[in-house]
Amino acid sequence: MAKQSEIRYLTPLSVDVKKKKYCRFKKNGIKYIDFKDPEFLKKFLNEQGKILPRRITGTSLKFQRRIAQAVKRARHIALLPYVTDLMK
Amino acid sequence: MNNYETVFILTPVLSDAQMKEAVEKFKNLLTEQGAEIVNEEDWGLRKLAYTIDKKTTGFYTFLEFNAEPTVIDKLEVNFRRDERVIRFLTVKQDKFALEYAEKRRNNRGGKKQEAHTAEKAKPRRAEKTEVVESEVKSNEKED
Repeated sequence: MAKQSEIRYLTPLSVDVKKKKYCRFKKNGIKYIDFKDPEFLKKFLNEQGKILPRRITGTSLKFQRRIAQAVKRARHIALLPYVTDLMK
Repeated sequence: MNNYETVFILTPVLSDAQMKEAVEKFKNLLTEQGAEIVNEEDWGLRKLAYTIDKKTTGFYTFLEFNAEPTVIDKLEVNFRRDERVIRFLTVKQDKFALEYAEKRRNNRGGKKQEAHTAEKAKPRRAEKTEVVESEVKSNEKED
């Protein structure tokens, strides 16, 4: 009976400790998102140039709105594409 | 008086002198209307992210100025009328943007050599975001 309770695994069970997401703007004290800096804004876009959702980037709502605003402005002045494939 | 910043794109078919002349025209227009130009940046010929009027490049110019709101109307009418301008964007600066713009000006230090300041500014920013970036990527995989 005692033997049965000892279940052994070849590799130790990795209990996924999920890293807590955080808002990088709050953490780093960034107050303004510049629409003139496409390289920075690209961090919030996927391959097709779509804005990534908050649940992936962890951005707070306040700054997500500002990202969206900045990305849209950057698109208007052709610093970022509206639609694309394989941006990065 | 409000603080504004505007970016406009001129057609690449212009020569350097013609381009400067066009920029000068808009600057004069602003000063005539009682606006005070705070900063001017010439980004040169840049590639557009998508074609506009079958053009793939354009001369970017960035202006910062203080002006009355009525001036913006006049400026934008002139942008629309001018065939050399293929795109423009005027934005009012809020208090955060103002702070940022000031830092940006100081960073550039009025120097013409962009490369030097860009070199300085970039690694610092990259450092900060690098960690987050890798995290974002790993999160993407999870999803």
